[in-house]
Amino acid sequence: MYKEFTTISEVAGSLLTVEEVEDARYMEIVEIELQDGSRRRGQVLMTSKGEALVQVFEGTEGIGVGQSKVKFLGRVMELPVSPDILGRVFNGSGVPIDGGPGIVPDARLDINGSPINPVARDYPIDFIQTGISAIDGLNTLVRGQKLPIFSASGLPHARLAAQIARQAKVLGEEEKFAVVFGALGITFEEANYFISELRNTGAIERSVIFVNLADDPVVERIITPRMALTAAEFLAFEMDMQVLVILTDMTNYCEALREVSAARREIPGRRGYPGYLYTDLATMYERAGRIQGKKGSITQIPILTMPEDDKTHPIPDLTGYITEGQIILNRQLQHKGIYPPIDVLPSLSRLRDKGIGEGKTREDHPDVANQLFAAYARGREAEELATILGEASLTDLDRLYIKFAKEFEETFIQQGEYEDRSIENTLSRGWNLLRMLPREELKRIQDIHLELFYDNNQSSSSEE
Amino acid sequence: MLEGSTKGVILSVNGPVVVAIGLPGAKMYDLVKVGEDKLVGEIIGLSQDKATIQVYEETAGIRPGEPVESTYEPLSVELGPGLIGSIFDGTQRPLEVIREISGDFIARGVEVPALDRSKKWDFHPLVEVGEEVEPGDILGEVPETTAISHRVMVPPDVRGKIREIKEGSFTVEEVIAIVDQGGEERPLTLMQRWPVRTPRPYKRKVNLDEPLITGQRVIDTFFPIAKGGVACIPGPFGSGKTVVQHQLAKWSDADVIVFIGCGERGNEMTDVLMEFPELVDPYTGEPLMKRTVLIANTSNMPVAAREASVYTGITIAEYFRDMGYRVALMADSTSRWAEAMREISGRLEEMPGEEGFPAYLGSRIASFYERAGKVIALGKEDRTGSLTVVGSVSPPGGDLSEPVTQNTLRVVQVFWGLEDRLAYQRHFPAINWLISYSLYLPHLEKFWRENVAPDFSANRNLAMQILQQEAELEEIVRLVGVESLSFRERFVLEIARSIREDFLQQSAFQEVDTFSSLRKQYLMLKLIITYYQEGLKALERGLSLRDILSIPAREKIGRAKYIPEEKIETLEELIEEVQEEIANKLKGEVESNV
Ligand SMILES: Nc1ncnc2c1ncn2[C@@H]1O[C@H](COP(=O)(O)OP(=O)(O)OP(=O)(O)O)[C@@H](O)[C@H]1O
Ligand SMILES: [Mg+2]
Repeated sequence: MYKEFTTISEVAGSLLTVEEVEDARYMEIVEIELQDGSRRRGQVLMTSKGEALVQVFEGTEGIGVGQSKVKFLGRVMELPVSPDILGRVFNGSGVPIDGGPGIVPDARLDINGSPINPVARDYPIDFIQTGISAIDGLNTLVRGQKLPIFSASGLPHARLAAQIARQAKVLGEEEKFAVVFGALGITFEEANYFISELRNTGAIERSVIFVNLADDPVVERIITPRMALTAAEFLAFEMDMQVLVILTDMTNYCEALREVSAARREIPGRRGYPGYLYTDLATMYERAGRIQGKKGSITQIPILTMPEDDKTHPIPDLTGYITEGQIILNRQLQHKGIYPPIDVLPSLSRLRDKGIGEGKTREDHPDVANQLFAAYARGREAEELATILGEASLTDLDRLYIKFAKEFEETFIQQGEYEDRSIENTLSRGWNLLRMLPREELKRIQDIHLELFYDNNQSSSSEE
Repeated sequence: MLEGSTKGVILSVNGPVVVAIGLPGAKMYDLVKVGEDKLVGEIIGLSQDKATIQVYEETAGIRPGEPVESTYEPLSVELGPGLIGSIFDGTQRPLEVIREISGDFIARGVEVPALDRSKKWDFHPLVEVGEEVEPGDILGEVPETTAISHRVMVPPDVRGKIREIKEGSFTVEEVIAIVDQGGEERPLTLMQRWPVRTPRPYKRKVNLDEPLITGQRVIDTFFPIAKGGVACIPGPFGSGKTVVQHQLAKWSDADVIVFIGCGERGNEMTDVLMEFPELVDPYTGEPLMKRTVLIANTSNMPVAAREASVYTGITIAEYFRDMGYRVALMADSTSRWAEAMREISGRLEEMPGEEGFPAYLGSRIASFYERAGKVIALGKEDRTGSLTVVGSVSPPGGDLSEPVTQNTLRVVQVFWGLEDRLAYQRHFPAINWLISYSLYLPHLEKFWRENVAPDFSANRNLAMQILQQEAELEEIVRLVGVESLSFRERFVLEIARSIREDFLQQSAFQEVDTFSSLRKQYLMLKLIITYYQEGLKALERGLSLRDILSIPAREKIGRAKYIPEEKIETLEELIEEVQEEIANKLKGEVESNV
């Protein structure tokens, strides 16, 4: 039925040129049969009358010019889905690797998805309590948000992501919750850590896991996150589940993309990454969100490691330009022994302002957050000045801010890996810190909140 | 139009770029339908019998041999009632209608007209039979929304005597007038079409002398933009470009807003869609959506349509300008548009220029911004209309030396430079006052003097000096510590801080603070300047810095931004309070010395 060709004329990197092909479809899936009978899969990257350029997911070793057979399957890459995908582990191409049976699909979905119509979206506003003060208090996560973690080698992003997955909840609601985990070129240990975390908390039955490890085919990494997101879309929008997607490590994904681009001899953009990296990443990150009239949602926490801890490197840079904020981990805080080492100043949750405040968290929350940011920023600046000139040459106020910054790191950011703080707890830690500062310094806070929380508590504590 | 069209066939597919043969008579920029799914595309290259096409929809699954059909018409927009309040994709497909047809996700090959064909509009004629009309003359009006009366104009290529003019209720396709053009009958409808890549004609441009009032203090007072002017707002991710653009779309004193979400986030468009119908225009009292047109080609939507989106948007904006309206257009982000150009150019294997952008990047950017301006529109009336354009720029790594920023700075007159350091401190809008500029300042002096206050500019300039001085003093503090500064200098630092925190910082999300009238801006700054001037005098007369800094009114200066517009006279009282308190301290000082 399918047309079969033995006309491979060139093999270069992960790419094959197949000749005499009259009408391959763009992005069509092909199956390559090697001489030893083994099969690989690939997709058409460019097609013209008489020639198709095919990218092979599992690598081209052993594929011979004019020998191997290429079969064009007439459809784009698909993921078979059904409710039975829950609790299962797949490889990076969507084949089960947990020894369980194959999936009897309800549907086969194009892994590239389609853009959500902006008018069909529902704005994410539901506060997710992660139990982590640096996130809940200052860089609040909401349901349907895409909020990446910018990490670097040796920092505890895996532990932080696992803690979020463990503790995340929407207050006051009983919901169908699911985790989709996509491992992209990470080590067996790291993947295993996540899987056993999910197992320990019993979340494994509500999880779908796709694994492409460091020693798995590099090009396969390009489809793995799309598999994961397709599964997530099915769970969220067909099965009404609240889905948390964790993809790690997006840096490995981008490197795979760069490799393919280089093999195609495309004009490279910054640092050798293809010029379309932004668009490519956007087609994945934008698959987070909520849709009007649907119960489910997709919240994405992609993790990436910043090469050389550099936030302006194209991978974090383009990610930040697409996602709705970022949580940035910082090596200095890690050295100070602070967990989670979240640098709150460059971190950001763009959806925070609609997810907090009266009726959602607490009416004083926006003001407290803004004031903590401003005060901590000032403290850090004063600290810098102090390291140059010595504390003695600072004003009294600056010295106070330095003390504030230190306390802030130790009592607000710092917390246990298994410590699950309520939002009230987080906010009252915030007020305890703000009470270190004189009232007129708290310009970001409206009078009514000062009266209720600053003045009141002061008088009540002096009564004690 | 489609008569005589012969079908060509696809030769190759490479992402959004398709090559076809066998399209006789094909012209550059003609619109074509590609493949069995009839995906919309545009011819962007011709050589011998081959046409290179950029396709506005996802091309996965398309193959060589499928048919290609030309419409022999360039990519055009439909201009008529029904634009306002709508949201379109980059090629003006109405997203609401697409949703009705294809559901929550955008399917391919959905063919829908931009303007509703069945909706009837009330048309009130303003010309009579026998009248001579020329391009741009107003035939009549349609109350399109409660905020905008749609002026139906004679299209640019029509001139002659009115033979027939109707009154009543019409769809956009029904004939409402017939013009006798040298013996030839030209039926006119409520709708006209215009090719997006061609600027709409006008009589002439005129000087800019009025500010676009945005309600944003750092913009209006420090770096204003004129109506008809051009501004850019570059900054790294998360520094506040979109928030500023949204603020402009919400609070500017324009009649019509065109907002282009070009290659940015889906949720940001949703945000506008949900918020604008609820928010009220401070000038007209009408919901903001009733003056807004949205173009959304988000980052995950096809890249070729993203390239087209800025043209679609600006053509619609020009159309309302031609009616005599004050139009403001926001493009967020022009970098994504430039990247779309780069992506297509790369697929065409054109010779790349800087950072892989095509060599024509600079000229495309320049001609886009050139479409802004204040003009005398076509038509006998000599109506004045303006089109203000504000583009966000998203430089990689926040580095302003990159080609898109540099080419943009060459043409714009206002530069609002956002800085991540300020954003980290949550100093919003994170517009760095030391690097930003507005070349319109001298042209607007007269307006401030006549419409706000004679000393508006003087206060502004003094505040700017104080901020400059702060930067110098901070340098000294960094080297030798605060001890080395005189009390006068320390007072300057305190005032600078007050200007930054109590004036420049403005929360977009706080109900009162989100918008400041010019009068409020003036009084707020005057308050700080009064404190400065009185304080300096008192210092000279021997009052201690501590005394000056401890006047009770100082805390009130910090909260002045929360004073609602209705209670603006409190600010005037506060100015007096500052004067009195310092005078009292001085008196106390003098007495205790006696
Ligand atoms: N005027 C403001 N008032 C309060 N918060 C602001 C203001 N401007 C920006 N912010 C904060 O900064 C965040 C980022 O702003 P914004 O989304 O506009 O950045 P951006 O420059 O458009 O980023 P990107 O290039 O990634 O789109 C907002 O979500 C908000 O929290
Ligand atoms: Mg933005």
